[in-house]
Amino acid sequence: MSASSAAALAVLWPLLGAVCVALLGEKRRNLREAATLVTASSLLVLVATVILPEVQAGERPRFELLEVLPGLALAFEVEPLGMLFALVASSLWIITTVFAIGYLRGHDEQHQTRFFVCFALAIAGALGVAFAANVFTLFVFYEAITLSTYPLVTHHGTESAKRAGRVYLGILMGTSIAFLLLAMVWTYFAAGTTDFRPGGILAGKVEGSALAVLLGLYAFGTAKAALMPFHRWLPAAMVAPTPVSALLHAVAVVKAGVFTVMKIVVYIFGIDLLQTTGASTWLTWVAAFTLLSASTVALTRNNLKARLAYSTISQLSYIVLGAALANTWGVIGGSMHIAMHAVGKITLFFCAGAIYVGAHKTEISDMRGLGRQMPFTFGAFLVGSLSVIGVPPLGGSWSKWYLALSTAEADHLVMMAVLMISSLLSIGYLMPVVGRGFFATPEKAETTDHHSTPREPWLCVLPPVVTAVGCIALFFFAESIYQLLNGIILR
Amino acid sequence: MIEHLPILQILVPMLTAPLCVLSRRPLVSWGLALTATWFALATSIQLLIRVLAEGTQSYELGGWPPPWGIELRIDLVNVFVLLIVTAISSVVLTAAPRSLEKEISSDRHYLFYAAYLLCMTGLLGMTATGDAFNVFVFLEISSLSSYILISLGPTRRALHSAFQYLVMGTLGGTFVLLGVGMLYMVTGTLNIVDMGARLGDLGPNRTVLVALAVIVVGTSIKMALFPLHAWLPNAYTYAPALVTAFLAATATKVAYYMLVKFVFRVFGVELAFTALRLDAVLMPVAILAMFIASTVAIYQSDVKRILAYSSLAQIGYMVLGLSLASVTGLTGGIVHLFNHAIMKSALFLALACVVLRIGSTQLNDMRGLGRRMPLTAAAFVGAGLGLIGVPMTAGFVSKWFLVLAALESGYWPVAVLILLSSLLAVIYIWRVIEVMYFQPPPDDAAKLTEAPWSMLGPTWVLVGATFYFGISTSLTVGVASQAADLLVNGAAP
Amino acid sequence: MDVGLYNYWAVIVLMMTGLYVVISRSNLIKKLIGLNVFQVSVIMFYISIGKVKGGTAPILEEGFEVYSNPVPHVLMLTAIVVGVATLALALALVVRLHGAYGTIEEDEIAEIDTRETNALESNAREIGAPMS
Repeated sequence: MSASSAAALAVLWPLLGAVCVALLGEKRRNLREAATLVTASSLLVLVATVILPEVQAGERPRFELLEVLPGLALAFEVEPLGMLFALVASSLWIITTVFAIGYLRGHDEQHQTRFFVCFALAIAGALGVAFAANVFTLFVFYEAITLSTYPLVTHHGTESAKRAGRVYLGILMGTSIAFLLLAMVWTYFAAGTTDFRPGGILAGKVEGSALAVLLGLYAFGTAKAALMPFHRWLPAAMVAPTPVSALLHAVAVVKAGVFTVMKIVVYIFGIDLLQTTGASTWLTWVAAFTLLSASTVALTRNNLKARLAYSTISQLSYIVLGAALANTWGVIGGSMHIAMHAVGKITLFFCAGAIYVGAHKTEISDMRGLGRQMPFTFGAFLVGSLSVIGVPPLGGSWSKWYLALSTAEADHLVMMAVLMISSLLSIGYLMPVVGRGFFATPEKAETTDHHSTPREPWLCVLPPVVTAVGCIALFFFAESIYQLLNGIILR
Repeated sequence: MIEHLPILQILVPMLTAPLCVLSRRPLVSWGLALTATWFALATSIQLLIRVLAEGTQSYELGGWPPPWGIELRIDLVNVFVLLIVTAISSVVLTAAPRSLEKEISSDRHYLFYAAYLLCMTGLLGMTATGDAFNVFVFLEISSLSSYILISLGPTRRALHSAFQYLVMGTLGGTFVLLGVGMLYMVTGTLNIVDMGARLGDLGPNRTVLVALAVIVVGTSIKMALFPLHAWLPNAYTYAPALVTAFLAATATKVAYYMLVKFVFRVFGVELAFTALRLDAVLMPVAILAMFIASTVAIYQSDVKRILAYSSLAQIGYMVLGLSLASVTGLTGGIVHLFNHAIMKSALFLALACVVLRIGSTQLNDMRGLGRRMPLTAAAFVGAGLGLIGVPMTAGFVSKWFLVLAALESGYWPVAVLILLSSLLAVIYIWRVIEVMYFQPPPDDAAKLTEAPWSMLGPTWVLVGATFYFGISTSLTVGVASQAADLLVNGAAP
Repeated sequence: MDVGLYNYWAVIVLMMTGLYVVISRSNLIKKLIGLNVFQVSVIMFYISIGKVKGGTAPILEEGFEVYSNPVPHVLMLTAIVVGVATLALALALVVRLHGAYGTIEEDEIAEIDTRETNALESNAREIGAPMS
C-alpha cells in the first residue's frame, strides 16, 4: 500500500473501529473491547510501518479526498510534525484502551459502548488533524474532535457533568467559530489558499499589525491549546471519567490544539515572517503569563485531577511559547514537548484513575500514606512527575532543554527565567502528592472503616507502569524524534 | 410540449387543485397533489438543464411578445429558486397523510391539498414571471392560500395567527402593488427587463426612490425581515407542522427572491446601491435581525418557536448577503436561500414526527426523546448541526461565502458579527439537543414508537441533502455564483 | 400646484387613514375596513396614473388622437378581485375566531392567548429556563 492512501486509511480506520464497536454493543463486551484493541494496534502498525519510513525518507505522502469549494479541499499530507502527533496519539490509544477497560469495569460505568465509540471517533479526529494538508481540513477534524468528545465529558449525565459540557462546548466551539473560522476565511481571502506550505503562505499577503491580529485569531481560536483566558474548559472537562481525561485532555484534544498553533506558525506564517515582523512577540508574553499563573493555580488545587488539569494548561503553554519564539530550537523543542509531555501527563492521569478506582480518593489531602499500599501506582506517578518537571534521565528533560536553547537563541532572558520558575513551581505542585503518598502516616480510622486495603485492578496498574517506562525510554530515544523533527522544512 | 414547460409548471398544480376538491377523498387527493408536485419538480430539473445549456428561456404567454405581452422568464437565478421550491414541496407533501391525521380531521384533507397546491402555484408563478404586475397577482394567490393553510392548525390560536398574517400580508402585498404602480408611472412598462433598461437610462428621481422604498418594505413584510417580522413566529408555531415545514422553506425564500429580482433586475446595482444607498438601510437591519432574533430564540420554550425565530435570523443572513451588493455576497445569499430551505424543512419535518407521536413541541415534552424516538432525534441533530454551520454541512458553505464577502468588501466588523451571531445558533440548537439526550423522559410518559417511515423517509432525505450540499457544492455554489454574476454585473441574458 | 395632483393627495390621505385604522383599532371588523380603505387608495392611485390630459376613453374613433391609458384600469380589475377574495377570507376567519374565542376584539383574544401561554409555561418552568 502506498503511504498516501495509508494516510487516508489511518483517518478512516478508527471510524471503522467505531462502527464495529457500536455493532457489537453491550452484550458482547469482550468482543467489543477486542475490536477496540485490534483497531488501535493495527492503526499503530499502519502509522509506524507504512507511513513513518516514507516521512523519514523525506517524502510527503499526499491524498486528496474531495474539493468542497475551489481551492478548498479535504486533503491529507503527512509531514514530520503531524507524523509525531499521529504516532503519539495512536500508540497511547492502545494503552489507554487497556486502562479504560479496567477503569470502566472496575467502576461499573454506564454506556460503555457509547464511550468506546466516541473515543474512537475522537482518535479519528486527532489523526485527521495530524494529517491535514490545509487549514480547512484541520478545522473540519478539529470540530469533529469537539463534537465527539462532548458525550464523553457529559458521560455521567449528572447536572454538574451537563454544566461542564456546556462550558466545554461553549468555549471550544465558540472560539473556533468566532476566531478560527474567521482567521481561516481571512487567510483564504489574502492568500487564495489555506494549504500548509513550507515557509508559510502569508509573506507579502498580510502586513504589519494585521499579521499580529491574524495570529491572535488563530492562537485564541484554537482554544484547545488552553491559552488564557480561554482555558476554563479544561478544568471543567475533568468531570469526565479518568481515561477520557488521560487520553483526551492530556493527549489528543489538547495536543490537537497546540499542534494546530505550531503548524499554523510553521506552515502558514512561516517563522521567518514572524521573526522579521515581530508579530508573535505578544504571544510569547501571553504564553508566559498562562504558564506561570496556571502553575500557581495548580499549587492551590487539592483535587488531584484539577491540579493535573492546571498543570496541563501550564505545560501546553511551553509549546505555544516555543512556537511564538519562532526559531528552529523553539519549533523542535515545542514539537518534542508534544510527545514528551503526552507520555508524562498520561502516566499521571492513569495514576489518578488507579487511585480513584482502587482507593476511591480524589483529594490529595486524603492520600496520606497511600503510596505504601499502592507502590506501583505511586512509583509510576513519581516517574511521570519527574518527566513533566524535566529531570534527566527522563524524556521531559530534552524538550525543556531545547526550549531553553530557543530562548537563548532569541536572546530572551525573561522567557528563560519564566521557564525556570515554572519548573520550580511544577516541583511544588507534583512532589507533595508523592511525598504525602509515601511518607505521611495514613489516617487509621478511615482506612479501617471503609477499605481495609486499597486494591486496584491490574488493568489499571499496568498502563501507568508502561508509560512510566516509556518516559525513561524516551530519554534515550530522543535522538530519533529529533531526527524526525529535523525534517521539518522551516524556510 | 417541451417549450411549454415554464407555463405547465404553474398550470399543472393550479388545475390539480380543483380536482383535489372534486375528489374529496383524502388519499385520492393526496395522490393527485403528489403527482402534480413531483411533475413540477421534474419540470424544474428539466428547465435547469435547459437553462444551463441554452441560457435564459423566455416564454410568451398567449403568443404576445414582450414587453406588451406577459412573459415568463426563466434564467439561472429563478430556475434555482424554482428547483428548491418544487423539491421541498414534493418532499414535504410525501410525508403528508400520516402527519395530517393527527392535526386535521380527515374530511378536510382534500381542502388542505388544494390550498397547498394553490400556494405552490403562487410561489412558482411569482418566481417565474417576468412581469411586475404578475408578481403581485401570484403573490396574492400564494398568500391567500397560505392564510388558509395556517388557519388549519390544531388550536384556535392558529386562527388568530392566520388573521394577523392576513393583515400584515395584505399590507405588504399592497405596498408592492403601489411600488409597481410608481415604476409603471415612470417607465410606462410592466415587463421587468424592459423596466430595468428604462430605469437605467432615467437615473434616480424622487418617484423611483419612493418606489424602491415601498417595494422594499412590502417584500420585507412578506419575507419577515426584522422589524417587520411580527406575523411569522405565531404563524409558524400554530400552523400544522407540515405547513410550517413547507412555508418556512418556500414562502420567505420566494419573497427574498422577489426582493433580489426588484433590486437587481429592475433598479440595478448602480441605482439601488450607489445612488439610493439601499445597503445603508438593509445592512444594519440584517445584522439586527441576526442578533435579536437569535437571542429571542434562546429564550423560547416551544421548539417550533425556537426554529421560527431562527428563521428570522437566517433571513438576516440572506439580506446581509444581498446588501453587500457584490458577486460573492449575493452568491452567499442565494446559496443560503437554498441551503436554509433544506435544513429548516428537515428540522420542521422532524418536529412533525414529534407532533405525531407526542402531540406537542414544548421543550418540556421532548425530554428524553433521544432514546424514545432515536431516528427523529438524530435527524434533528443532523439538520441542527447544519444550521449551526458545522463544516461539511450545507450551513457551513453559505456562512463561508458570507464571511468571505464581508471581508472582500472591507467590512471587517460585519464578518466578525456574522460569526458571533452564529454562536447564538449553537446555544439554541444545543438547548434542544441537551433536553432530548440528557433529560430523563417524564415519569408518566407513555411508551413511544418511532415515527412512521412515510415521514422519517422525507425527513432523512432532507438531512442527507444537508450533508450532501456541504460536501459537494458544484450544484449550489456553481449555479448561485453564475446567477449572482448575472445579477450584479447585469451580463447579457 | 397643479390641479391634477389633488388625486394623489386624496390617495395619500386615504392610505394613511386606512393604515391608521388597521393599527389603532382592536375590533377585527374595523381592522378589515381599514385594510380595505388602504387597498382602495392604491386602486385609486392606479386609476389616476392612467389619466392622460385631454385624452378620451381608449376606443378607436375617428377624430381622436389622444387616449387615456387603459392598462392601469385593467390591472385594477385584478386588484379588485384580489381585494374581494382577501376580504372574504378574512371575514370567514373572523367568524371562526368569534366561534372559538367568543369575541372579535383583538386585545381580548390576545389576553386569552397570553393566559393560556402562561399556564403552559408555569408547568414548564424548571425546564424552560434558558441556559446559564
